[in-house]
Amino acid sequence: MLGAVTLLLFCQLAGEVLVRLIGLPVPGPVLGMVFLFVFLMLRREVPEPVERVSNRLLDHLSLLFVPAGVGVIQYAARLEDAWLAITASIVGGTIVSIALTAWIIERLLPRPPHPHPPGERG
Amino acid sequence: MNQPDIARLWVYLASAPLFWLTLTLVVFQALNWVFVRGGRMPLLNPVLWSIVVLGGLLTLTDTSYQSYFEGAQFIHFLLGPATVALAVPLYRQWDQVRRSVVALGVALPVGSLIAAGSAVGLAALLGADRSTLVSLSPKSVTTPIAMGVSEALGGVPALTAVFVILTGVTGAVTAAAIFRILRIRDQRAMGFGLGLAAHGLGTARAFQFGETAGAFAGMAIGLNGLATAVLLPILLPILLAMFD
Repeated sequence: MLGAVTLLLFCQLAGEVLVRLIGLPVPGPVLGMVFLFVFLMLRREVPEPVERVSNRLLDHLSLLFVPAGVGVIQYAARLEDAWLAITASIVGGTIVSIALTAWIIERLLPRPPHPHPPGERG
Repeated sequence: MNQPDIARLWVYLASAPLFWLTLTLVVFQALNWVFVRGGRMPLLNPVLWSIVVLGGLLTLTDTSYQSYFEGAQFIHFLLGPATVALAVPLYRQWDQVRRSVVALGVALPVGSLIAAGSAVGLAALLGADRSTLVSLSPKSVTTPIAMGVSEALGGVPALTAVFVILTGVTGAVTAAAIFRILRIRDQRAMGFGLGLAAHGLGTARAFQFGETAGAFAGMAIGLNGLATAVLLPILLPILLAMFD
């Protein structure tokens, strides 16, 4: 348990240090995720405590966004000024991205075998 | 308790990290309860409403974000290790990734570029300023990565966090209609599209289409997080130059 927490923090720390040393524009924790991924590939399994700590963190992932999100109160004026551009960007951009990405996969992947039982196809 | 006592108590509470930390946990859990009770309707998203309620309380009580954050930072800190932990589900689904490598190899970079490009393009055409554009650009990526990318590129992480959540809500609300109109029935396609464009909230929606959709959405979160973190620093200057 303590070892798994240390492993996660160590990966993050290594990421933060490397990002600063080489001046990468990638966030430190993202590089930390790559380090942990490589570690898991080398181990060829997820050690049970790492699994447990990761699940615990990811189960409550949405809570972790709240403190940063509340920071928006500092930018109320800007949201008021640009609400139309922001709304169009979020709604339009998201619909286009989902549609295009799903469409590409649908075209490029071979059909899954028998999505319906034989004889039930309409 | 008489008036000055209450005033003194409030002075203590408003500046004590313990109060805002506890309040954040209470508000989130209450709204999460409402969300679960309300059949997990995307519009009841507990993150969105926690931000509205807590932001409203800070404004009403004239409390600065800085004194709020002194307490809330203990929750915020966990975003870093949580981002690292995303390696675990990615590792679990690695076999599926390898088997669909061609389709994913096309859909990932194209989807990632479209997600950032459409966000910046639409907002730029409607006259948003540069720092708003930068803050919008990683909006399809899971919050911890999006905020990190936004900060690294000169955006406003707090704005990005809200844009990311609104993106997730939009994706969850519109997905069924999009798939119906385009006649997309393959769960792998639905899941990957939702996870790539609408991160964790899209993934929660994908699980309602089926297990396979959910697994592909979870994988897409990690992959697009990485792709965006690597591609956006190169792409963004080009986008900004195009629309300037």
